[in-house]
Amino acid sequence: MADRRLLILGLVLAAVSALFLLWNLRAPVGFILGLRLTKLAALCAVGTAIGTATVLFQTIAANRLLTPGIVGFDALFVFIQTMLVLGLGGLGYAALPSLAQFGVETLTLVAAAMALFGVLLRRGADDILRMILTGVILGVLLRGLAGLAQRLLDPSEFAIVQQASFATFGAVDRTQLAIAGPILILSFAAALRLARLLDLAALGRATALPLGLDFDRVVFVTLGLVALLVAVSTALVGPITFLGLLAASLAHAILPTWRHDRLLPGAALIGATILVSGQFVFERLLGLQSTLTVIVEFLGGLLFLLLVLRRPRP
Amino acid sequence: MIQLDSVSVEKNGSPILTDVSLCFGQGGITALIGPNGAGKSTLLHTIAGLTSPVRGQVMVEGLDMVRARPEQRARHVALLAQNESVTARLTVRDLVEFGRWPHHRGRPREIDRVKVAEALGTFDLDGLADRRLDALSGGQRQRAFVAMAWAQETSWLLLDEPLSALDPRHARDIMDRLHALTRPGAGQRSVVIVLHDLSVAARYADRIVALKDGRLVTSGPRVLAMTGAMLSDLFGTRLAVERVAGRDVVLPA
Repeated sequence: MADRRLLILGLVLAAVSALFLLWNLRAPVGFILGLRLTKLAALCAVGTAIGTATVLFQTIAANRLLTPGIVGFDALFVFIQTMLVLGLGGLGYAALPSLAQFGVETLTLVAAAMALFGVLLRRGADDILRMILTGVILGVLLRGLAGLAQRLLDPSEFAIVQQASFATFGAVDRTQLAIAGPILILSFAAALRLARLLDLAALGRATALPLGLDFDRVVFVTLGLVALLVAVSTALVGPITFLGLLAASLAHAILPTWRHDRLLPGAALIGATILVSGQFVFERLLGLQSTLTVIVEFLGGLLFLLLVLRRPRP
Repeated sequence: MIQLDSVSVEKNGSPILTDVSLCFGQGGITALIGPNGAGKSTLLHTIAGLTSPVRGQVMVEGLDMVRARPEQRARHVALLAQNESVTARLTVRDLVEFGRWPHHRGRPREIDRVKVAEALGTFDLDGLADRRLDALSGGQRQRAFVAMAWAQETSWLLLDEPLSALDPRHARDIMDRLHALTRPGAGQRSVVIVLHDLSVAARYADRIVALKDGRLVTSGPRVLAMTGAMLSDLFGTRLAVERVAGRDVVLPA
């Protein structure tokens, strides 16, 4: 049953991608198609990365309400943007080579995430809750620091930071995409290779360890992949906090299985479908720009509240 | 054979087990008894190779459990930890199939399906095989977890307080099955079990290992080792072993 549903999800994504590419296509066809292909690739890459990362993170944290964003990725990204604008000024920031900026953001996010995971889990992967709570507190701290630094900016510089703080697919850099794409594809392939180990890890440390799983190693590798997937996609388009929650929750609802070789592709397809279809509706049908992420965050936030309220009490 | 030579375990610098030496052969039920904080769970985890001693050696069937790889350990010893709970939406069959993980590493073969069916039958779970774990009673769920450990097909099965949340009927049901499966014969296994109910230990155990404050108090055949004096000293309260209706029971003296 899960296989058939996965196939349907794949067909739905193919259909909305075709609509996104071909709807209202006018001359010069080659040029417009090229632009749309770039945007479609970015939407699919980011949707896949965020959906996959969230399923991985929820499995390791043994909690279906969490997303990687909760450990402060988004706050760190905004903090980096603020510091770059504060340090270089508006013009200096604008003049930054896009590749260098992408590299700095990705490396900083990955390094910060691995430092957080490494330091807090060094005595074993049995204190994931402490790691998450520390991430939440660090996120609050970084938001506070970014807010403080933003008060030192002039209005035009502040507008630059504001613009960079929300995910946008309007102007995806092709060079960045050419680097991010293979990294995300390889990370997704690595996640799929971990699928059988993740099935066992989902039973929890106490059950999985005696069954011969090197639990701590699986947790570290998985969190490393989460860091890479989220960092690269965030550096590419900006932070989208609740997309992962939407994609992972829908994947669990549509594919009633515990097998990660089904859940991971499912969440990836759903994440990509949400972004592509949303962008199609807003950009092609409604003629709006940069509204998609706001709607995704709104719907994701509502889902989060629904999941919290629906949770059975112990 | 399980052999511990002068094993000491520490946690955050505090001793949990001190200089424990033990040796017992295969077959039967070995009950681990002692007051709270005696180190019983730590001893089980140390035997399973999941807790590393600061000193001493742990051997199970000739395998050094400290140095062995996780999958090697899992083919020698099955451990069911305290308060097992699973958040994934598994059926009983899924859970028991995970017991075969050390053998199939995520790719079940025909032999694994046969062993899973055997474990389900052994613990009378055939009728519940396709039910989800969260739809079972506490007793049924615990039976499913024991079946999972059983399906691991190891010589030794280590159970950490598997009866703690069970009513007397379900506790007796599990102990009766374990007792039958550890008698001499084809497929005989060995069980080491942490028990707080001393009358259950008196009724089912073949051997007793008693711990207090991380130290070994006594170990040996239950009929010899489990005396009122030893239990009174172990728990710091007066206890007596009485014969009631042909069975030993532990009562306040």
